Amino acid sequence: MLAQAVGITEIIVVLLYLLVVVYLGFLGWKRTRSATDYLIAGREVHPFVMAMSYGATFISTSAIVGFGGVAGMFGMSCLWLTFFNIFVGIFVAFVFLGGPTRRLGHRLDSHTFPELLANRFESKFIQIFAGLVIFLFIPLYAAAVLIGGCAFIASQFGIDYEMALLVFSVIIAAYVIMGGLKGVMYSDALQGSIMFVGMLILLVWSYKMLGGVKEAHVALTEAGKGPSLFGGIGFQGWTSMPRFGWGVAESAKGPNPAAYNLWWIMISTITLGVGIGVLAQPQLAVRFMTVKSKKELNRAVLVGGVFILIMTGVAFTVGPLSNLFFLQKEVVEGTLVDVTGVGKSPAEFSWVIAKKERGINVKPDGTPINPAIGPDEKSLPCVLLHIDTDSNAEADTYLIYKGYGGAAAITPAAEIEGLEKGADPTPLVGQAVKVHPRATAYLRAIVKSVVKEEGEPERVVYECQTSKIIPAYIQGAMPKWFGLIFLVTLLSAAMSTLSSQFHAVGTSIGRDVYEQITGRHNKSIGITRTGIIIGILVAVLFSYYIRSGYIIARATAIFFGLCASAFLPAFIGGLFWKRMTKSGAIASMIVGFLITAFWLLFIKDKEARAIGFCYSLFEKHSLLLDKPNWSVVDPICVALPISIIVAVVVSLMTKPPSEAHLNKCFGK
Amino acid sequence: MLGIEDKAVLTAYLLCIASAILCVIYGLVNWNRGEEDIQPDDVKWAAEEKEIEEEL
Repeated sequence: MLAQAVGITEIIVVLLYLLVVVYLGFLGWKRTRSATDYLIAGREVHPFVMAMSYGATFISTSAIVGFGGVAGMFGMSCLWLTFFNIFVGIFVAFVFLGGPTRRLGHRLDSHTFPELLANRFESKFIQIFAGLVIFLFIPLYAAAVLIGGCAFIASQFGIDYEMALLVFSVIIAAYVIMGGLKGVMYSDALQGSIMFVGMLILLVWSYKMLGGVKEAHVALTEAGKGPSLFGGIGFQGWTSMPRFGWGVAESAKGPNPAAYNLWWIMISTITLGVGIGVLAQPQLAVRFMTVKSKKELNRAVLVGGVFILIMTGVAFTVGPLSNLFFLQKEVVEGTLVDVTGVGKSPAEFSWVIAKKERGINVKPDGTPINPAIGPDEKSLPCVLLHIDTDSNAEADTYLIYKGYGGAAAITPAAEIEGLEKGADPTPLVGQAVKVHPRATAYLRAIVKSVVKEEGEPERVVYECQTSKIIPAYIQGAMPKWFGLIFLVTLLSAAMSTLSSQFHAVGTSIGRDVYEQITGRHNKSIGITRTGIIIGILVAVLFSYYIRSGYIIARATAIFFGLCASAFLPAFIGGLFWKRMTKSGAIASMIVGFLITAFWLLFIKDKEARAIGFCYSLFEKHSLLLDKPNWSVVDPICVALPISIIVAVVVSLMTKPPSEAHLNKCFGK
Repeated sequence: MLGIEDKAVLTAYLLCIASAILCVIYGLVNWNRGEEDIQPDDVKWAAEEKEIEEEL
């Protein structure tokens, strides 16, 4: 069945790719070509190999499909994140943190990030605490990577997301278990190179198709001037920043407390949360320790900067540009399988979910605001075209034909060739049609799924999903052969990142938690392996159950923000501030972690709603919901400054570390 | 410039390219700098890291 859906060429290409990766892994295993072997042998890793393998590890399907999709929805303001990725994630990290991390790690014989912090501050607690945080939260980030890959596979081959998840998880698990964890640099570097070429083609092709760089941007600016689904939260077009401010804004419809929310989402969560969080990523620190000298780091800066530009820079440019393609150029050809939503009453309309949040459609007295849709949905009433594009008699593409009432101004109005605009398309059911979707990227990315609420029968729903934007664009705008290249690109991006994530999951529970608690050193391999398997299972479960809205970006941001708030002051202080004490480090880690957790559970609306803890205690989705903007501010904006202050104040109040220990850490 | 009217977005677009160029220049200038002798603790670290890798 899979072979039928996917096609034999695709299967052969993927198998060939996997064979090459396995072969390189085997070579690496046989000839010992991991970074440590180079270090033991005192030889240098080629800077290209070093930077590509670093890049492949840190750029994943999450960045390309997830954040690329967010850029498709909210526009080029996402490029601020790319700037942070390059300037902070590469330049600052490699030039300023790389060398000291490597020296400190080697002097203190530390092999994981928690171990590095623990040895620097002479605290077992730090190692166990950091190990637990990593073990518990990396699966969330891994799930973001998995969702990105599966969304693309499902869209590209017209198979179910669940099927894609199954196949993808099996490939990843096999890769991870069969030695992907060893970080064999050549396979990572091959994966990085494939990603580089794939994204470069995507950029050049997109600009060329849309008439050139300047022309495409001008057209995109024009296209974004109409009313938008996100106008109420401050969206001002795909080439503009969202509206900036704080508090309640006056609008044509009266006071609007959400008018500046998008700016805070883009800057606090997307840009700062992820852009700063990268510095305290556990895998990054370990990577620095495997290089031979500062020279390798210096050389890697060159390749790394360009690599990240071509990865996230392209994703965050092509994402917004996809709007232009969907609005103006796309033609969907296929058989019109069904038309739903033609009618006069809300019960007859089709509803496409634009936003999914717990209790969003419920009045304070518990009755639904709109009885035609579910309690957790905010949907657009419309006529929906169900089109089969791959001739298997099943609809695979859903396009909004027209919206009803107030939604009509912001919903797409697809045009069917040969049919008068707005005329009832029902008579065309069963016939071949050519449709111009005339949709923005977000409203073009409609996915069908089945929901089951407690005590209710199963319902089929249609939902806009950000993670579908890039896949839909590749499928519609790019030639078929590119779909294959992009598939391998994404497999590469996912495999290299996931293997390093699961490596961190395994060592954190085995070496950092189990060994420290039991004191049984070098006896943790069984626990490490079990940890990896649990990590994979949890990530797959997450990917199965949660994938609405822009979950990929949010899950990534949660993990990165948490790492920054909990670990960054201790990490940076540990490297550069000799006066920093054990108590200072512990206090800052606990405070950073607790404030982040509190913020996610009780303040940040999206997360607090999804978890539901705040509601069960206070019957409110967020404690600051009635205060404008607060509920969209990312925890990093509050937790990181406080944890820095705590680190400094507590360190100055406590006894400095001994001279002997500092000599051990930093040399005389 | 480049068809992007919004100054903040244009700045981000240009800063991305500028920071990538900064990385290239830094890499070129320091291509042969930063050589460090391998210390005994480097070798010891690498040997243990390899053991951990082998176990996995």
